[in-house]
Amino acid sequence: MYILDIEELAVTYTKDRQKIRALKDVSFQVKQGESYGIVGESGSGKSTVLRAICGLAPQSHGSILVGQKPLDASRDFDFYRQVQMVFQDPYASLHPRHTVDHVLSEPLTIHRFDDCEARVARALTDVGLGSDFRFRYPHQLSGGQRQRVAVARALILEPQILLLDEPTSALDASIQAEVLNLLDRLRAERGLTYVLVSHDLSVVAHMCERVMVMQHGLVVEELTRQDLQARRATKVYTKALLAATLGYRADEKEKPQ
Amino acid sequence: MTPFLSVENLNISFPARQKTVQAVRGVNFSMGRERLGIVGESGSGKSQTGRAILGLTPSPGVASADRLEFDGTDLTRASQSEWRAIRGQRISMVMQDPKFSLNPVMTIGWQLIEAYRTKHRAPKSLAVEKSLEMLNAVQIRDVERVMRAYPHELSGGMGQRAMIAMMLITEPELLIADEPTSALDVTVQIEVLRILDKLVTDRGMGLIFISHDLRLVSSFCDRVLVMYAGQIVEEIAAADLAHAKHPYTQGLFNCLPRIEGGIRPLPILTRDDAWAN
Repeated sequence: MYILDIEELAVTYTKDRQKIRALKDVSFQVKQGESYGIVGESGSGKSTVLRAICGLAPQSHGSILVGQKPLDASRDFDFYRQVQMVFQDPYASLHPRHTVDHVLSEPLTIHRFDDCEARVARALTDVGLGSDFRFRYPHQLSGGQRQRVAVARALILEPQILLLDEPTSALDASIQAEVLNLLDRLRAERGLTYVLVSHDLSVVAHMCERVMVMQHGLVVEELTRQDLQARRATKVYTKALLAATLGYRADEKEKPQ
Repeated sequence: MTPFLSVENLNISFPARQKTVQAVRGVNFSMGRERLGIVGESGSGKSQTGRAILGLTPSPGVASADRLEFDGTDLTRASQSEWRAIRGQRISMVMQDPKFSLNPVMTIGWQLIEAYRTKHRAPKSLAVEKSLEMLNAVQIRDVERVMRAYPHELSGGMGQRAMIAMMLITEPELLIADEPTSALDVTVQIEVLRILDKLVTDRGMGLIFISHDLRLVSSFCDRVLVMYAGQIVEEIAAADLAHAKHPYTQGLFNCLPRIEGGIRPLPILTRDDAWAN
């Protein structure tokens, strides 16, 4: 059964009486325990999908079902215990004047968890940070360590679904490998469901079983990991994306504009 | 033959209250009219190396070198007026983020015309013509609109292309490109590289391409310098990058996920303190 079912989702922003349609018609389903990838270029609406699921973007049409339950306009407590998000920029998504301990205990207090002490300590060990890091401020951490804290914050409420918005694009390649391995391990251990947004096809091919390619707020096509690995794409746009992962080739003919 | 640009024992340090940070330590390289890549992680000193060549080390940083010679001119002893004849005229630099390197309160057209007229004493109409030509050359479709637009009215890719147009309108002999494509989408990235490639092959421009993206550099450049902790740990022909000798280069190359899949978990780069000495 699908844990996340999105049908005909549309998001429209209104600015100066102008309507900007960030998402036009997006449908996809994610199974329990699956890792689902979304790729596309900037402005394709890939992050907007995640924001719409969280209730951070104005949904104008369609439905979002989490665990077969349709979502209300305002998300309730249960929703946030079930679905958590990790943002792109670890430098911007942590409060600069809150310690790691404060960042991690706040969601626990809000959701009235017991045994906060032990939970914070365990969350830190789970993401590979020791107890030394507990009372540090974000500026005392490196980029990779911050992203680990952001992952710990998302996981501390024991959610089932993790929405990952470009979790490694602000990090160096060597740190990216560490964070991707961490995410991989946590999913295997806890049976989490991931929706991972990235502009990097190789990251998505590594992490996800199925991939949706987006452009201009619409779905271009859906591929399995095997399709990607064999470079079996049917649409021109996906082929262009795949070709770009090979790096630069001088002999390639110039594309008509 | 004397090299086009030669750098010997370049050191850059940033004095701080507690201790002086050595951002670049004893960097040596020389280049001809080729595509030279500099790769490394953040903080490896690759951008500072690029800036020091143009004498743009930000205060309070201090750059010193035994030799910094560009086409016969000693840059370490250049006077202000000599610098003015070089910066932006013979050596240009493309910065990473168009949002911070274009003037936000002037139109793109104005900035292009200004760049052109500081080098050539030309009438404005000719400068406008050249600007339009240059924007066309960097594959901007709607040139008339872009000329009138302010930087915030353009997307990242457009802004970066406008920035490149501005750097190239003076027809420099050496272009230092600091992560010119990192903020761009992959498909746009390839287009921008094609423009740069064309300039190197057609006009014989030298190019220093600074990037963190090993795969991109290996497919685009002729030769690559790999930097770690302010030093060059390896110099290698770009085509041989997959067979690098230094463990750092190997580690950096292997930890990238691949579409073809394979290794899980990804190999982690383990650092050796000896690399930094």
